[in-house]
Amino acid sequence: MNPLLTVSGLTMDFGGVRALDRLDLCIHHNEIAALIGPNGAGKTTFFNCLTGIYVPTGGELLLTLPGKPPRRLGGLKPNRITEQGLARTFQNIRLFPNMTVLENVMIGRHCRTRATVFGAIFRPPATVREEREIVGTSLALLERIGLADQADELARNLPYGAQRRLEIGRALATEPRLLLLDEPAAGMNPHETLELEALITSIRADGLSILLIEHDMKLVMRLSDHIFVMDYGRKIAEGTPEEVRHDPAVIKAYLGEEADHA
Amino acid sequence: MALLTRTDLRQALITGLWFMFLTFPLLVIKVDPVERTVLWRWANLCWVGGASCGISLAVRFWLAWGAARQERIRLGLAPTASGDPFRLLRQRRVALPLLAAFALFLLAFPALFSTYQINIMTTALMYVVLGLGLNIVVGVAGLLDLGYVAFYAVGAYSYGLLHLHFGLGFWTVLPIGGLLGALFGILLGFPVLRLRGDYLAIVTLGFGEIIRLILENWSAFSKGPSGIANIARPGLFGIELSLEAAIIYLYYLMIGMVLFTVFVVNRLQNSRIGRAWYALREDEVACQAMGIDKTRTKLTAFALGATWAGMAGVFFAAKTTFINPASFTFLESAIILCIVVLGGMGSIIGVVIAALILILLPEYLRAVADYRMLAFGALLVAMMMVRPQGIVATVRRTYTRNHLSR
Amino acid sequence: MEYFIELLFSGLTRGSIYALIALGYTMVYGIIGLINFAHGEMYMIGAFTALIVSTVLSIYGLPLPAILILTALAAAVWAGAYGFTVERLAYRPLRNSPRLTPLISAIGMSIFLQNYVLLAQTSDFLPFPALIPEFAFLEPYAAIVGATDLAILVVSALVMIALTLGIKCTRLGKAMRATAQDRTMALLLGINVDRIISLTFVVGSALAAIGGLLIASHIGQINCFIGFIAGIKAFTAAVLGGIGSIPGAVLGSFVLGLTEAFATGYVASDYEDVFAFSLLVLILIFRPAGLLGKATVEKV
Repeated sequence: MNPLLTVSGLTMDFGGVRALDRLDLCIHHNEIAALIGPNGAGKTTFFNCLTGIYVPTGGELLLTLPGKPPRRLGGLKPNRITEQGLARTFQNIRLFPNMTVLENVMIGRHCRTRATVFGAIFRPPATVREEREIVGTSLALLERIGLADQADELARNLPYGAQRRLEIGRALATEPRLLLLDEPAAGMNPHETLELEALITSIRADGLSILLIEHDMKLVMRLSDHIFVMDYGRKIAEGTPEEVRHDPAVIKAYLGEEADHA
Repeated sequence: MALLTRTDLRQALITGLWFMFLTFPLLVIKVDPVERTVLWRWANLCWVGGASCGISLAVRFWLAWGAARQERIRLGLAPTASGDPFRLLRQRRVALPLLAAFALFLLAFPALFSTYQINIMTTALMYVVLGLGLNIVVGVAGLLDLGYVAFYAVGAYSYGLLHLHFGLGFWTVLPIGGLLGALFGILLGFPVLRLRGDYLAIVTLGFGEIIRLILENWSAFSKGPSGIANIARPGLFGIELSLEAAIIYLYYLMIGMVLFTVFVVNRLQNSRIGRAWYALREDEVACQAMGIDKTRTKLTAFALGATWAGMAGVFFAAKTTFINPASFTFLESAIILCIVVLGGMGSIIGVVIAALILILLPEYLRAVADYRMLAFGALLVAMMMVRPQGIVATVRRTYTRNHLSR
Repeated sequence: MEYFIELLFSGLTRGSIYALIALGYTMVYGIIGLINFAHGEMYMIGAFTALIVSTVLSIYGLPLPAILILTALAAAVWAGAYGFTVERLAYRPLRNSPRLTPLISAIGMSIFLQNYVLLAQTSDFLPFPALIPEFAFLEPYAAIVGATDLAILVVSALVMIALTLGIKCTRLGKAMRATAQDRTMALLLGINVDRIISLTFVVGSALAAIGGLLIASHIGQINCFIGFIAGIKAFTAAVLGGIGSIPGAVLGSFVLGLTEAFATGYVASDYEDVFAFSLLVLILIFRPAGLLGKATVEKV
């Protein structure tokens, strides 16, 4: 089967700075992949290109959903890309702080629902049903990520770890095929990290693919089926966790020239 | 008095002296350049000095009192603050009877007060509609529109001109006014889609001024500064109404309009599109990342907000039966914006209260008419200092467990 | 051809006045991110102070050059004082509030100041004395450029050069630039941020006041509402050039002034203000950050 996401020769230039340099990678269906690399390697820039926040200066992004022809993502607006089946979380959590936890997740349902202004004002049965479905699905998602009893709490009042989980829940509400997580374990304690790991595994069990940017190496090694390593905007290695762990280029990028252990 | 230290007294004195210096040329000296005479108003100097010193002392005292109280709370010597003072009002058993009483009062109003008062109340209700309309754009969607008065003018002039040229009546033009408003809302919305907060504000302000200036100068089209007169009042199945009856009729129509607006705006806010607007206000980037079409959402907000201004404009033309460009200045936009901010962005009941206060209060303070605008300006500043979140801070809707609270 | 030159000078004159006001807007925006709606009133207060001081001085029989200098000084000083006070009272307490709050406060302050002057003085139009004497050497060119035109151009140019040099070369100037770029860092480096912000307001207001004095001499009358439209235009100019950029404010002002002059001269004179706003809308559609502004890339 074709890979879910095919990235070929992706390049991103900001004026004179080349943030991404001819990046090639593939994400397959039902796979957990990780993107690692030193700070400033271009990982979040890559996410931003994938999700339409930046328009790449070169290369191609192809999304192939099962049973459908490949779809070019380059140049599409962020909301269109989300409609296609790509959802993300942000490095610096971007929730809707003054909306409730439940409402944050309900926003995720927006692109999968259709009620218009007419529906809002006159509330025909179809709209009422849709609203009920939105609330129901969102509550179920909250149950799954363990935030159901804080549904009416304002998002900004949640503790940090819960906020990260809420962001994931919100992204899941858009029914993505590929979930992009930008440093989901940042700032979490070991217990929270284990919960996160369980959540990500269960998301994969539902048939989604996940690509995560992470610095927590233990988590990455335990979770990932495949790892990509970036440095200076380029992919310097890829492979299974075992392969990557021993790759000299990776070691050099992280630890410098002197390291020479296996 | 022990709360005020010697430093406080000294600072207050300095404040007094500073203001005496500051206001010296403008408040003390009055020149007549033609007659070449000078009037020295030394009394003003004393007033300024005394007042500023006194206010400074009062403010310092109030701050010190508040700090001392916080200290006592911290030490456990006093009960903690009760929080939002308006919380009592939010409980159903208090709010519903109040609302019912208020509704009754509004309905009985014409029987209790003179025609002049009814007119004032009608104006206040018009501003309620305007406030609720702008609330969609500014309060909910977070788009700072400083040119809202343009849509108001579009509605008013559409009635004025359609009545003048084609003899169309109020009821025919009312939906047309709304539609034209929506159209202009979209026209305005397109160029400003990419603009950030402050740029958006100034461009919308520019649009408001452009519309007013075109109305003022393109006399062939709009009759210029002299305006359009003899606009018909709304008809009641073709019956001829006396002036007094017509005013009362319009008052009740306005109440109907307000109820209609509250109903629709409430439904909009608690819907899929309403949530999208809130998300847009909170974080535009995240909103788009979650699949919301930023462009369509913004344009919808502009269009719907403008629809209400358009309809209010038709009402305005029908009420005053005379319109000219001078009624549609930036100050109007500013007042409506203040209604939204003072009311608490996004809160329907807050906007209603704020509109009533901001419009009725100056009318009833006609005794100090000259100082009205001065007080208005000072009120705005004071409000931002003391309670910037507005009269009714929005409480998010809860959906769970069949428990609906607002 | 002569008409063209006349319009050119008219445009340059307008541009200079707008620049004097626009600089204040752009400096304040650059440093605290606020559209100071009350800034236009500094221009108006400067004009009124100039009127009062010059009339009193002339009644007491001082010679014209002395009157001119003292009036300019007085206008600058008092407008600066008003700017300082407004910042202290209406903006400083709101420095950490969401953007809309100080904006409303600024609108309120603008309305307050307009009516304050109205009540303290009068709502009528007051005639403004011709403070700038007619220069003999300009006689043959009287149709194209008058004494006040020349004075406006020269004074504005000098002031702008002085400001640019001041910002670039002095320690205070550096501190202002630092505070505008990163307020927290400036604070950590020991810069008294409060004082720098106050200074920005004072300088901006003084410049606007000089502009008020000059234009009042040119037009010959003032009233308490002139601040509003001048302020809007000047802010338009600042946004056009790229808000927060000092060269941008100057460029935007001249672009605006010249556009207005030529549009009203060759097309239609009633729609002067419409041209100004239309220009703004067009520029912002195609260059949302303004002519010299940097399109800030938001870090996601």
